[in-house]
Amino acid sequence: MKRIFEKIVEGLLTCSGFLTSITILLIVVFLFSEAFGLFKSKVIEDGYVLALHKTNQVNDLSPAQIKGIFDEEITNWKEVGGEDLPIKLFRLEDVTHYFSEEQLGATYERAGELITQLVEKTPGIVAFVPKKFIVRSDVHLVHDHTISIKDVFAGAEWFPTATPAAQFGFLPLITGTLWVSLFAILIALPFGLSVAIYMAEVADHRVRNLLKPIIELLSGIPSVVYGFFGLIVIVPILQNVFKLPVGESGLAGSVVLAIMALPTIITVTEDALRNCPRAMREASLALGASKWQTIYKVVIPYSVSGITSGVVLGIGRAIGETMAVLMVTGNAAVIPHSILEPLRTIPATIAAELGEAPAGGAHYQALFLLGVVLFFISLLINFTVEAVSARQWK
Amino acid sequence: MINNRKHFSQSIAFGTFRFLSLMVAGILFAILGFIIYKGIGVINWEFLTTAPTDGMTAGGIWPAIVGTFYLMVGSALFAFPVGVMSGIYMNEYAPRGWVVRFIRVMTNNLSGIPSIVFGLFGMALFVNYLGFGDSILAGSLTLGLLCVPLVIRTTEEALKAIPDNLREGSRALGATKLQTIWHVILPMAMPNVITGLILAMGRVSGETAPILFTCAAYFLPKLPNSVFDQCMALPYHLYVISTSGTNMDAQLPLAYGTALVLIVIILFVNLLANALRKYFEKKVKTN
Repeated sequence: MKRIFEKIVEGLLTCSGFLTSITILLIVVFLFSEAFGLFKSKVIEDGYVLALHKTNQVNDLSPAQIKGIFDEEITNWKEVGGEDLPIKLFRLEDVTHYFSEEQLGATYERAGELITQLVEKTPGIVAFVPKKFIVRSDVHLVHDHTISIKDVFAGAEWFPTATPAAQFGFLPLITGTLWVSLFAILIALPFGLSVAIYMAEVADHRVRNLLKPIIELLSGIPSVVYGFFGLIVIVPILQNVFKLPVGESGLAGSVVLAIMALPTIITVTEDALRNCPRAMREASLALGASKWQTIYKVVIPYSVSGITSGVVLGIGRAIGETMAVLMVTGNAAVIPHSILEPLRTIPATIAAELGEAPAGGAHYQALFLLGVVLFFISLLINFTVEAVSARQWK
Repeated sequence: MINNRKHFSQSIAFGTFRFLSLMVAGILFAILGFIIYKGIGVINWEFLTTAPTDGMTAGGIWPAIVGTFYLMVGSALFAFPVGVMSGIYMNEYAPRGWVVRFIRVMTNNLSGIPSIVFGLFGMALFVNYLGFGDSILAGSLTLGLLCVPLVIRTTEEALKAIPDNLREGSRALGATKLQTIWHVILPMAMPNVITGLILAMGRVSGETAPILFTCAAYFLPKLPNSVFDQCMALPYHLYVISTSGTNMDAQLPLAYGTALVLIVIILFVNLLANALRKYFEKKVKTN
């Protein structure tokens, strides 16, 4: 009886031992299963078609081209591989400019006939209309292919609510994330390393015991509070200093993230410095080197892999941070030209848009795909740290 | 001459380090000081015990405090047993070698995953697939998963600190492995384990991203009745009133107050954890 009980408990313990592994597996499964529908959805809005005149040779249009046409940035068919002919836009809401209400009928029952006729006799037209309004097959429909991996990962525009073709280009979000995180680390690095060296090598015991809880508190402050502080204090300061039209900018995000990444960098680096054997220090000091010379010629080279781990973990923290960034970066989904412009990161995009994206739709799936990207970035960072610290022990 | 230069560069370097360290400490005190200074005037009994009114431009934050409390308790109920059991398995049962290494790598990975990804996962698994809906249950489980790695790590460290001769002594007296763990090891490790749990709860109280889509409600007129209800939460409330809304002048003081309450929770959690650590260290020494 006692033995069986012990076995059961042991089994339970084993199960919970593998809980973290199972969770990671489940995260992979669920994120992927929600995200990968994106590559099965069509470029053009469901139930709609892009109808062209039958002599038009254009067959394939990428999402970016469709958006260009309907934003009137592309005005001639030759820009998308057709003949030299100006593009004439037709949206369903334009229908009343062409036809009177009597012509259309009270319930638009003749709209299909009229629109089809219009497409048939206008050579340069592109009509974005519901499928049911094209009543004859004598018009040329743009081939509606599924969203491709290239559209997503090389797409330069993120505009998920655009019609007729939603834009799911990840580039602006990925560049935004990288810019903010890199600047954050550049700002945090001098501070982080100095504090770590100061705590590990210079400060006496008492000062160290004062600094330690400060660093712990710094890492305990919730990210919304950092975001709030950034919004109320840092954003106006930056706006005044750099004379910006809006203070919410990549730089504001970087400053806030730098503060948030500090505890990670400091703790890991300090541990690494502390692990340097005493004998090496003493040998260096005995040869007549000063304390500072010992630090930068012996201790730092010895602990360089630990310091690298700290920096990489700091970058990881910065890349994944959501709320603070969401509150201070201004959230403009364009590829940034300077860190002083508003930009938008991957986590902030998910947080801001998932609430309004209809479940199961392409937008929802695209946001989950962003989650997959984030997940893999964090795995990559962890394995880098793992590899770097494995090298240290060799 | 050389000696002078040597000491000159040393004092410059150390001076810089000292200065930058002071600045980092200054940043913390600036943030804390700013929020305490601005928020202290808002805090009163009414602010803490009434619900928001007038479209969140007046009233208090009682439902958010209650919601955060429920979420902390809920995630502790999940993360504590699972995390402690997992820690026990890793330190006491798992065969040394690849099993432990594998679990450790996975635990590190889990703790490195951004909180918004937990939010997505919680939404996909708990809210949609298991059908809990936006609820305290879904939110607690998501937050619980988020802090499990922290509980595992502290449990493991606490167990590792207990010398092996205690285990051997107990086994030599005829106790089984489980009895040894239950009667000898766990009671000794408990203080450190509890400290870890308290720190984990501190983290839970401030997390926003995981509950955005699993639990948090913009505004609820009454308190939740069951684990399947949504709830308000302090960090989400702070986010909402500081970024959206029509009457910023009226909302800002409330935001300061909310931020202060959050800060106080964090301060309290850290102080409590430190005090417990010191208290038990002393007790172990005197024993």
